[in-house]
Amino acid sequence: MAMLEVKNLGILFGGLKAVDNFNVTIEKGQLYGLIGPNGAGKTTVFNLLTGVYKPDNGSIHLDGVNITGKKTIEINQEGIARTFQNIRLFKELSVLDNVKAGLHNHHPYSTLEGIFRLPRYFKVEKEMNEKAMELLKVFDLDKECEYKASNLPYGKQRKLEIARALATDPKLLLLDEPAAGMNPNETAELMKTIRFVRDNFDMTILLIEHDMKLVSGICERLTVLNFGQVLTQGETSEVLNDKRVITAYLGE
Amino acid sequence: MKKNKVLIQDLITYGIVFLMWGLVLLMETTGSMTSLLRGLLVPLCIYAILAISLNLTVGILGELSLGHAGFMCVGAFSGAFFTRCMEGAIPGVGLRFFLALILGAVVAGIFGILIGIPVLRLKGDYLAIVTLAFGEIIKNLINVMYVGRDASGFHFSIKDTTSLGLDETGVVIIKGAQGITGTPRAATFTIGMVLLLITLFIVLNLMHSRTGRAIMAIRDNRIAAESIGIHITKYKLMAFSISAALAGVAGVVYAHSLSTLAATSNNFGYNKSIMILVFVVLGGLGNIRGSMIAAIVLTALPELLRGLNDYRMLIYAIVLIVMMLFNSSPKAIEMRGVLMEKFRHKKSAEKEAA
Repeated sequence: MAMLEVKNLGILFGGLKAVDNFNVTIEKGQLYGLIGPNGAGKTTVFNLLTGVYKPDNGSIHLDGVNITGKKTIEINQEGIARTFQNIRLFKELSVLDNVKAGLHNHHPYSTLEGIFRLPRYFKVEKEMNEKAMELLKVFDLDKECEYKASNLPYGKQRKLEIARALATDPKLLLLDEPAAGMNPNETAELMKTIRFVRDNFDMTILLIEHDMKLVSGICERLTVLNFGQVLTQGETSEVLNDKRVITAYLGE
Repeated sequence: MKKNKVLIQDLITYGIVFLMWGLVLLMETTGSMTSLLRGLLVPLCIYAILAISLNLTVGILGELSLGHAGFMCVGAFSGAFFTRCMEGAIPGVGLRFFLALILGAVVAGIFGILIGIPVLRLKGDYLAIVTLAFGEIIKNLINVMYVGRDASGFHFSIKDTTSLGLDETGVVIIKGAQGITGTPRAATFTIGMVLLLITLFIVLNLMHSRTGRAIMAIRDNRIAAESIGIHITKYKLMAFSISAALAGVAGVVYAHSLSTLAATSNNFGYNKSIMILVFVVLGGLGNIRGSMIAAIVLTALPELLRGLNDYRMLIYAIVLIVMMLFNSSPKAIEMRGVLMEKFRHKKSAEKEAA
């Protein structure tokens, strides 16, 4: 069964069909790319998948479960985690606390247990610390764990955002322009990280990206969006050589 | 490592309270306590509790609330009402006061939830204005409320005492603008200090728990918090109502430090809310210790300057500006850093020499 199955997805903004008749099937463990010119509706697709917008048409199935129209929180609990185009970290919290916030639903204890420091508080907090440090180590952020998140350099902030998303233990990870604003060295490192996440966490990844080096380097399959509609989809090398795709990006 | 740092910071905060407590006891025993200062002791505790509880809403939840005095008002009146009603049933003043504190906290907390549900849908300036309005509504409602009791039970009116229709055994408990009279003045400095410590305990532990992390995550980025599965409404309401409940506690203490409790603008108006907000902003948003110290300094200052008469509010204003600059202007922070660095160098140099 496919990890993500989207059928006929559509949403209207006023009279504008921002996304129309969008279909995609992503198999478990795939690294899938979503590309297209500016304003094509890529982020809107992400917002539909994560419940920020409610679709007007179509259905979304995650690992066989229908998640169409569910709330963001519920969808996260079903197993979709995401990062954002413009980094959205908890700026005033420490790097460690950012990841621990991601562990929120997986290591629960009640508010009263927290206030009165009952034994469960210490036990669960210890588990959280260990789990969070483990994740930070993977992303080479463990030395900065006490830094305020906003004090991290840009590339590391991107990594922290991925670490926080992974802390929610998702089945599908959505990355919205992970390489935006990165220099070639940082991008190369990011490519390594994304591949590493897929292999070590057994993750299915869908990413939006404009950096064609990254896209052709790591994505196995691609879907190209143009004016809210699927232009073409298939193997990365085929899609990138498609005349229509080149026209959509560069014009006639 | 990190945990210890937090623990040490918290212990310093508790330590400051105990230090203050010890200082007051010392002054009491040596006889250097003036009556002016003695009268200030309970208000100091009340304002410190108010500042800490408002910091939970403004600093930690990140929503600007201008109606904190309203919750204090709810707590004060429900507490005082309870003590007056139970005069016959529970003769012990201490026990009645204790129960009144719990009741005041619960009622203010419930008001926090009721007001929070519509208000927390708003953001920023809009939220501030609406909380301001709620604070005023609460104050004005209590101002026109008449409640009496006779053999047949409670009577309620919003006109005057005669329309209550009490029989000859009747007693009027809340007399509209005149408020509640005859509450026992049971609030002492010791009780205030214990409550201040309990408030600190609740707020600091909440901050450094899973719940506090969720609340601060919402403050820093609501959309991201939602995307990792944090329930926004639940945690916002929780922070807001805990903050209201603690303000209610401060209100009950306030009610029991006066013989007559009336809902005047002086007591519970928006001026009071702004004053508490000044403590919070001055002490630093999210800085619990800071807001406590700011509350203590700024409550004591105008009273201690009473001898200077005409100049006292002027000095108060200047101190306010200087404190604000020292705390928040980038240049001052830089200067403080340099000074700290020098101090540290000196210390390490001394250590090396030794």
